[in-house]
Amino acid sequence: MRLPPFQRLLDEHRTDVYRFLVAAVGRQDADDCFQETFLSALRAYPRLRDESNLRGWLFTIATRKTLDHWRGERRRPIPVERLPERAAPEPPDGDPGLWSAVGTLPPMQRAAVIHRYVLDLSYAEIADALGISEDAARANAYEGRRKLRSMQEVNA
Amino acid sequence: MRPQLGWDEGFEEASRRVAASTLEVARRRGLVDIGYTTVDTPVGTLFVASTGRGLVRLAFPEEPFEHVLEELADTLSPRVLEDPKRTDAARRQLEAYFEGRVHRFRTALDWSLTPPGFSRRVLEATAVIPFGSVSTYGDVAKRAGSPRAARAAGNALHDNPIPIVVPCHRVVPTGGGVGKYGGQEWRKEFLLDLEGALAQP
Repeated sequence: MRLPPFQRLLDEHRTDVYRFLVAAVGRQDADDCFQETFLSALRAYPRLRDESNLRGWLFTIATRKTLDHWRGERRRPIPVERLPERAAPEPPDGDPGLWSAVGTLPPMQRAAVIHRYVLDLSYAEIADALGISEDAARANAYEGRRKLRSMQEVNA
Repeated sequence: MRPQLGWDEGFEEASRRVAASTLEVARRRGLVDIGYTTVDTPVGTLFVASTGRGLVRLAFPEEPFEHVLEELADTLSPRVLEDPKRTDAARRQLEAYFEGRVHRFRTALDWSLTPPGFSRRVLEATAVIPFGSVSTYGDVAKRAGSPRAARAAGNALHDNPIPIVVPCHRVVPTGGGVGKYGGQEWRKEFLLDLEGALAQP
């Protein structure tokens, strides 16, 4: 088995991982999550036994970091004035209402929705990244999307 | 539902910036096993790689850098990252050498790519040949402990992972001429000329 130089992973997937993190935790916290993702990846890299899906491996780590982040957010007392920023990635032309709605989804649905509709990953790739079956990936993306739609209807 | 995200611009740049600060932390935590950079010199753009122990690899542009990176990842560690800071000392000395300001490299060397044995001894004997002078294949073979292994010494020098700094260009044939060089003969001539070691016609 031959692992490519780590720099290559960084060059090839850096922007997509960052895009995912911004969508998942917002601009403010994306930098921290990015750093933690790549430090964890770098730490584990020499012991990696399967080089067939390095992109999926990186996204698994990134997703785990966002799950940790969300859990931490829930535990931490959040100052009221910070609340609106949560999970709002400041998309200039996007729909801010949609993004705060994404932030209210349960973690797995949230991750599945972002992977599917922001990063355009296939269900197989999402399954790899989240460490779940392809059916579960589809179900989570579907359920998340259904909730978003009903929330938007309520707000409309 | 497909979010209309017109915010793609800036991700490439923002992620580059975060990656750079991540590299700083990674280096401090000892997670960068090999850092590399490129250095522009009169003999071409050189690839330079260092470990925590010292300069481990230098390559001429004929060797595709991607191959050199893969070789390092395979043989030493896959934690290979572009890191100009890690290679700073070597880069500055190379620049000074080509400007004629430095006659002796003081950078630490990491011999990991040459296993202990005859080849390593040949390269170690070569490393101490002073600026401006030359030695012969037979002579370095002798100093490596095998006086009659001049040809094998030549092979070891051809595989020198750290040319220029381990000055294999200072080893020439007994019969005259500059002899062979892994990094093309014109470079050997250029380096010897730079050092004032070419026999005057």
